Amino acid sequence: MKELLFPEWRGRDLDGVLGACLDLLEDTRFPTAKRWKEAGGKIVGHFQVYFPEEIVHAAGLLPFKVRGAPIHAAQADSRFGSYLCSIVKSSLELALSRRVELDLFVTHPICDAARNLAAIWGRNVRYPCQILYLPQNAGSPSAPEYLRGEYDRLRRVVEEVSGTRVEDGALRDSIGVFNENRRLLRALYTLKRESPWLVGAHEAYALLAVGGLIPREEHNALLAAVLPLLAERPARSQDRIRVVFEGGFCEQPPIDLIRSIGRSCYVVDDDFLVGMRWIVSDVPVGKDPLGELARAYLERSTYSPVQHDARKPKERMLLERLEGAGAGAAIVAAAKMCEPGLEEQVAYVHALDAARVPHFVTEFEENMTTFEQLEIQLETFVENLLFD
Amino acid sequence: MNHLPEQASTEIVGRANREGARLFRVWYDDLTRAAEEGRGAAYVFVMGSLGELLRAFDLPLVFPEINSLQTAVRKVAHEYLNEAEDFGYSPDICGYVKADIAAQRRDGRLPMGRIPRPKIAVLTNACNTYIKWAEIWERMYGVPVCVLDVPGSRSDGPLPGRGDRDFENDRTYVAAQLRELIAVLEGVTGTRFDVDRLREFLGHANRMNRGWNRVLELNRSRPSLFNALSDGTIYLGVSNGYRGAPEGAAYFDELVEEMEWKQANGIGTLVDERCRLVFVGVPCYPIFRRFTEFFTEHGGTFVNSTYLWFASGGSNLGFQYDLDDPIESLAEGLLLGVRDSMDSMFFPTNALARMVDEYDVDGVVFHPIKSCRTVSTGLADNRRALMERRDVPSLFIESDMMDRRVVSEAQLKNRIDAFFESIESRRQIASARHG
Repeated sequence: MKELLFPEWRGRDLDGVLGACLDLLEDTRFPTAKRWKEAGGKIVGHFQVYFPEEIVHAAGLLPFKVRGAPIHAAQADSRFGSYLCSIVKSSLELALSRRVELDLFVTHPICDAARNLAAIWGRNVRYPCQILYLPQNAGSPSAPEYLRGEYDRLRRVVEEVSGTRVEDGALRDSIGVFNENRRLLRALYTLKRESPWLVGAHEAYALLAVGGLIPREEHNALLAAVLPLLAERPARSQDRIRVVFEGGFCEQPPIDLIRSIGRSCYVVDDDFLVGMRWIVSDVPVGKDPLGELARAYLERSTYSPVQHDARKPKERMLLERLEGAGAGAAIVAAAKMCEPGLEEQVAYVHALDAARVPHFVTEFEENMTTFEQLEIQLETFVENLLFD
Repeated sequence: MNHLPEQASTEIVGRANREGARLFRVWYDDLTRAAEEGRGAAYVFVMGSLGELLRAFDLPLVFPEINSLQTAVRKVAHEYLNEAEDFGYSPDICGYVKADIAAQRRDGRLPMGRIPRPKIAVLTNACNTYIKWAEIWERMYGVPVCVLDVPGSRSDGPLPGRGDRDFENDRTYVAAQLRELIAVLEGVTGTRFDVDRLREFLGHANRMNRGWNRVLELNRSRPSLFNALSDGTIYLGVSNGYRGAPEGAAYFDELVEEMEWKQANGIGTLVDERCRLVFVGVPCYPIFRRFTEFFTEHGGTFVNSTYLWFASGGSNLGFQYDLDDPIESLAEGLLLGVRDSMDSMFFPTNALARMVDEYDVDGVVFHPIKSCRTVSTGLADNRRALMERRDVPSLFIESDMMDRRVVSEAQLKNRIDAFFESIESRRQIASARHG
């Protein structure tokens, strides 16, 4: 694809670039996906949290991160019962309302609702819908080989959709593109951590999240252009507490909620869209790219409530994240009706209590529109800390 | 109809329910003794319990799902739920998990007896809540948590089997994990693995699997021989608690005998069976008996259910282990059984349509519950898909398996009464049409 999918940010100053990213993120018509389709491209939608996008990229398809949207699930509502999180409904609504037209949809057993998505979508759309199994027995010596086989299966499915072979050479090239993306995102998070006054929480979020909507080469170009501009931003440090936001691994809080938090705190680290940053260091570009991707998922990865890995107890990982970011407090959030998030919240709270780390516990929903009450509660929390 | 001596009839009819209750008492008595003697147990779940293997290490089996549902049936679940919620667990998460957390905080005390603490937790990824649940024990007790990845179907359609590249990838992985688990079990119990003991328990499981499969088949009889919801839950309890045990195998032999006897003598579970139903989901345990009565009062009986399918740990398939190749065969049985369990929740449309035909069904009841998203998420869509395939009335009622705060008895009754009225009205229209 030669045409740029997201040209709006180019040639603009820093505020203009960030504004374009925020606009794209809030545009529930999903213009970049439409442009890709209009140019004859095919799209693979993948549900949260992690997906080996390199395999899709190597086939010349657009990996599109399906992460719901703040829309009314008018058609999807009738496909679900009550007691479910919003993201599963709004994600299906994207397909049923044809806001996003996919050629393949892949979900993962990250939770009991998400695994159902492949079946529900499959009964409602004409393109293939699949479950990709990612290991929950992460410490098993046989897990990497199994996952390699699962990725090989995915490669064959993708080949069928694209009509082209996905050669190892193309996979190696894609891994290179994504390694560059991982490097740039690490740089963005280093900036957040070291100089949070240079990039607002909602701005950093937008810069990260647009990566799920555009080709990774374009995301790399965007980040490479923005990072130096942010570093030179004429802004000064303010007297705000440094917090880690935990609980944004799947359903995403509305951007206005992140903006609200950023008004009273510096969000110096978080797990927003953690799947985009799941692999925390470069993936070796070796002889066996699928094998390298599989090993990276297991050995070079972060944590989330939806992966079981005895080597990475989640409370310890959160405490390490807090320490690594120099944060003095945590916001422990969970999406409404999110079972893994709500269960993990209890463990996090007990661990933070034991470590005497102040924390603010809340729930959110992607289509929330009023934040006043939460903002007041958060400000009270912050004031308690500042004047303690 | 055969006319058999009344005494024979009273001995054989209802024997499985009486014997099931007895086995349950024995099971909880044994668990209570293990708890009092400070012996640890293997904590397991119904989808992939591996009872066949764990018996070879003499580990008592604790099924927290069964313990929790018992608190609901015995009408004390709310006490346990409140305790767990006071500890921080949300009203929006699985009630089974919360009841177990409260039971653990009460040192294993439950209305049926006391359960021992875990020595090890063995689970599959068939339900993601299993994993989050076991992580709680990991934190409470620091015991090994062995999650076995047992991949399910990736999409609807033909199921890959032996020789298929992807199936073999799954099978190899499951077998490797079993070998790793055996090494962990040797370490935890200090017992050396004895393959001949495993063979023995696999043999008992083979008998049970054959029996369970046959029992399900027999209920195609008209009148149906047992109620899949009320009687079926007793059978499920035995199939899980005594999986791989000689008592379990004998129980299912006798159950087959009872059902064949009832079939031969035209004895149904209802005196006047007017409506044959299929149940999709998990029962409403807080009002378990009453819930069934809502249907039986109208002459409705459940001839089959997805519950008997996914909660039997794969026994429903009738899979027979190859005793000459026990570990590889156990891996294959586990993979097929757990995959089949998951299919009942994610891709059940074809099977439900078959069930409607084979069991000559008059209506399908979908019962999504707050506590379990695994079984409930897709039910509304499944109902829609099934209605496109079969012209059969259906009912969609929501409640819970544990939490009586979301069980509205009057509302359920209204909906169920209306459902039967609609079935009756359809019958009258059909009868008028056919003159």
